[in-house]
Amino acid sequence: MAHSARRDSPELPDFSLLKRLARDQLIYLLEQLPGKKDLFIEADLMSPLDRIANVSTLKQHEVDKLYKVEYKPVISTSDQLCFLIRPRIQTVKWICDVVNADKAAGKFRRYKLIFTPQKFYACEAVLEEQGIFGDVTTDEWAFYLLPLDDDIISLELPEFFRDNFLAGDQRWVRTAGSTLHLLHSIYGPFSKIYGIGRCSKMAYESWREQVEEGETKARQAEIGNVFLIDRDVDFVTPLCSQVVYEGLVDDIFRIKCGCVEFGPDVTSSDKSMKVMLNSQDKVFNEIRNEHFSNVFGFLSQKARNLQTAYDKRRGMDIKQMKTFVSEELKGLKQEHRLLSLHIGASESIMKKKTKQDFQELLKTEHSLLEGFEIRECISFIEEHINRQVSMIESLRLLCLLSITENGLLPKDYRSLKAQYLQSYGVDHLLTFANLRQLGLLVEQQPGETLTVMESKVGKLVNDKTAGKLTDAFSSLAKKSNFRALSKKLNLVPKSDEEYDLRVPRDMAYIFSGAYIPLSCKLIEQVLERDGWTGLEEVTRLLNGHEFAHSDRAKNDAQRIVLVMFLGGCTFSEISALRFLGRERGYKFIVVTTAITNSSRLIEALLDNHV
Amino acid sequence: MMKSKPDEEDYWNSSKFKAFTFDDEDDEFSRLKESKQAVNSIRRLVEEDDDEDDVEKVSWSGEPVGSISWSVRETAASNQRTDREPAFPKINADTPTFMCSHTSSVSAGKTKTGSFQFSDSLSDSSVRLYAPELRKPKSEYKDYVSDWSPEETVHRMQQGKAVSLEKFRSLQDKLLLLDFSISAHDGNVITAVTLFTITFTVLFRELESRQTALRHFIHYLTETRDQRLLLELLRALGRTEDIALLQYKEHLSIADENKRRDFLKSCLSLPFSPEDSAHVQDHYTLLERQIIIEATDRQAERGGKVEIFQKFPRRASILNMPLITTLYYCCFYHYTESEGTYSSPLNVRQTFRISEKQFFVTALAARAKLKAWVDVDALFTSRNWLGFTRKKSPLGFHRVVDILQKNSAPTQVLQEYVGLVDDAELRISLAQKHKCHDIIINTYRDLKDRQQLLGYRGKVERGSVEERKINELHVFVLSRDESAEQLAADNQTARGHRLMMCETGVSFYL
Repeated sequence: MAHSARRDSPELPDFSLLKRLARDQLIYLLEQLPGKKDLFIEADLMSPLDRIANVSTLKQHEVDKLYKVEYKPVISTSDQLCFLIRPRIQTVKWICDVVNADKAAGKFRRYKLIFTPQKFYACEAVLEEQGIFGDVTTDEWAFYLLPLDDDIISLELPEFFRDNFLAGDQRWVRTAGSTLHLLHSIYGPFSKIYGIGRCSKMAYESWREQVEEGETKARQAEIGNVFLIDRDVDFVTPLCSQVVYEGLVDDIFRIKCGCVEFGPDVTSSDKSMKVMLNSQDKVFNEIRNEHFSNVFGFLSQKARNLQTAYDKRRGMDIKQMKTFVSEELKGLKQEHRLLSLHIGASESIMKKKTKQDFQELLKTEHSLLEGFEIRECISFIEEHINRQVSMIESLRLLCLLSITENGLLPKDYRSLKAQYLQSYGVDHLLTFANLRQLGLLVEQQPGETLTVMESKVGKLVNDKTAGKLTDAFSSLAKKSNFRALSKKLNLVPKSDEEYDLRVPRDMAYIFSGAYIPLSCKLIEQVLERDGWTGLEEVTRLLNGHEFAHSDRAKNDAQRIVLVMFLGGCTFSEISALRFLGRERGYKFIVVTTAITNSSRLIEALLDNHV
Repeated sequence: MMKSKPDEEDYWNSSKFKAFTFDDEDDEFSRLKESKQAVNSIRRLVEEDDDEDDVEKVSWSGEPVGSISWSVRETAASNQRTDREPAFPKINADTPTFMCSHTSSVSAGKTKTGSFQFSDSLSDSSVRLYAPELRKPKSEYKDYVSDWSPEETVHRMQQGKAVSLEKFRSLQDKLLLLDFSISAHDGNVITAVTLFTITFTVLFRELESRQTALRHFIHYLTETRDQRLLLELLRALGRTEDIALLQYKEHLSIADENKRRDFLKSCLSLPFSPEDSAHVQDHYTLLERQIIIEATDRQAERGGKVEIFQKFPRRASILNMPLITTLYYCCFYHYTESEGTYSSPLNVRQTFRISEKQFFVTALAARAKLKAWVDVDALFTSRNWLGFTRKKSPLGFHRVVDILQKNSAPTQVLQEYVGLVDDAELRISLAQKHKCHDIIINTYRDLKDRQQLLGYRGKVERGSVEERKINELHVFVLSRDESAEQLAADNQTARGHRLMMCETGVSFYL
């Protein structure tokens, strides 16, 4: 529903420039391979590519046929093959197979690999090892940022999460730094940078280095402040069920690259339909940030207004009708189409959620967040597992239980793990190993000895000579301390108070008034305090790695805040930030390595397949 | 958030804010349905003068025509029509990988260390023709001679500039380079330098004190699927549990069930934690059993003599299914078997130490699916010491109802279990959901809630048994109330009499 924003709320910068830059660079790269060529595109690059170019752009630059990378033998007859890929070893190995197969068949072709957003030495090592290093040419397409909406920019790198947080591979740190550098050089200079998390800190340093390497021109700043945050600072928020419209749509239908596919049950026809979900969709734009309970009312009202508008036609004379058709009809028709889609979607959401006892599930989540009736929660999860309800959902609840409780009692851990393996397969031993490594699902450790040791060693982090020593101790898994943090930051409002979701009073509305997302609360606090002063206890509980750097005097864009999530962010968090922005007169721009939600997060950690 | 639309406020009921629930079918949901009808009713109107101008052109798959995804699918389709897939000569399948050649023997003189050069602009002049570097800073032409310090080398690598690692040959130099790359935090460079540095297994121990580099190396080996070297590394580091899990993981790529079983058997001796060791043992035992059951049942199904397989043909093989799925299968097809057979549910339960509750849930679901209500009933029945039967369940009865309902149990069966739900409120809501009128009426009667009871009369069918029951109850309650009043009045008089009697008695005695 329409929200009256604060008057002094500034305008967002225009990010379509990023698309144009990426397109121009791609064209330049394609021209480096003159003549007709077939283009192979990595599967998950197709949607992002679709957002910045279309087939005719490619055809204009002599791309003949387009293929998806499928790890199968190629059937192209072209004598020039171009591969547009992510820097993944598996993909490079497949290309090596293709080239070697051609060699064996005595076929001569030219090959060009375009890595995006950058290439890795490891990929080149594979080329070398497979003996085709000189046979192919490589290039980089610096397509770092894809604007998904006026205020959302994605790196479209879902693997960032697993690579960085589970494997501890820092390959994307430079990428994150370059991303910041790009934004800085177009929309900067930034006046202040805050952040928290290991990766954020490294990305910040990488960006600083890149700034020093190049020259900066004085320009009118369009972005004032920047906040960097690691996903592992707050795992609780992305593990909660989403109840804000856009989040729900993502949880249920999966929004992919700003686009959702609605099935026949939504479109009430026999075919599916792909729909772009962004601020251009007037109906969606008004309900995306609303708690689901408000959506029905809004849609009914809209439907009624539409009816009235159409009814106006009755009793019109020819001239009036003519104006009506030329001026209003098109808009009405567009609105009609959108309205019926979102009504269909809401209906389908309602059906699915009623079927799976959503109310009880939410109750359990809220109890976990509150630390209330934990035994009941455990038996709810247990029954979930016993009845083989969704494998992902069960794991999500287990993780939520573990982080909110700082680990499970050894007795509970063993029993729940055993039952999980019985219900969903022993293969998940590997999944459990991953979750333990990440600290998402652990047994409670007796005593605090380790923590003392860690905090002592932690002090040496900045000392270069001690690098080796700290490395040995800095485990990737951290204690969550959720309960203490929640108390310190008032994340869980008192449950006996009534919460009117139609008139939200704080960001907790995105979780039905039960919980203020930790990530967003941190951002709010730091912006309010202009740094981390007074939050020492909080940062200690979050295992440190916080920073705040002033770059230059305050600029005019002070109220434009860019928040970068390293490891993904959810639509609910974006809604919460939009709410915060309206309340405080900020405009937030969310940059994320990818849009995530509980299922994507858990799926990234599964290991029960080859 | 400020709401400033007066008409919106008008629209909302002025009553007190009511909590929204996703179960709330009555209210919000029906409103949604109304709006849907409203919108659909205008659809015809819209379509009649639809000139398609604002409608995106969409192909059969829903992709906008002209989009890249759409075009790719077109190529794929046309290729399928014309070409046949040629055989794929796989050359590299058994070529030893480059990393292995380094580690297998130190003396093998053909190590590529020296030629491990990260520059593409130098290695092949023909390359330049097709791939001139996009951004070439002026400084780059300065020097191609490799006299960069370790720090500068790392820095140049970060920028993707040409370097040569040839000069870092001594252990000390290599480790210095490695440490500089670690402190630069750039994973891409860390991996590259680690690959260059760790050319001999002897150096594994150097990684132990450099966990960051170690993690990068492990991730590289995982991605390249260099299992052999990875195991060697983990062994050198003494990470036994990781080794066990890594080897266990290999079973996922074995398709043949017998080979998989044998492989799992070989996993039993791996150094798992005691707890995981038991799980892997179970995994092996389960697959072994599934193979036997599958063989027997497939034959029985083909034979066409066993009724259950005829009535309910198996949809998939039971191989590699989780334990609980297997138990469900056994409860479905082999419920009555004696404990001696592999497929007997009781045997499965005992072998794998399945909890009572878990067994109960699974058996309940399986028997309900078969609509074997007698079996369902028997699951709950227990005798107390007086010999009376009563229904007992390790699972809350509201969950029981849920399971039965998901298996489309008839109202009559559902009613019996809804009635056993302890909590009155929960019982009523379940009864309403499943239309068990009797239970609702009885519960209101027990709660002595006349208003609700009469209110419910409006929800049952006119002239139905339920309506009559409510009426009767109501009249009964009314008449009972009346007679109670009468009784009270009578008592009053009786007591008066007694008093009088007493008094007379007293006076009599006096």
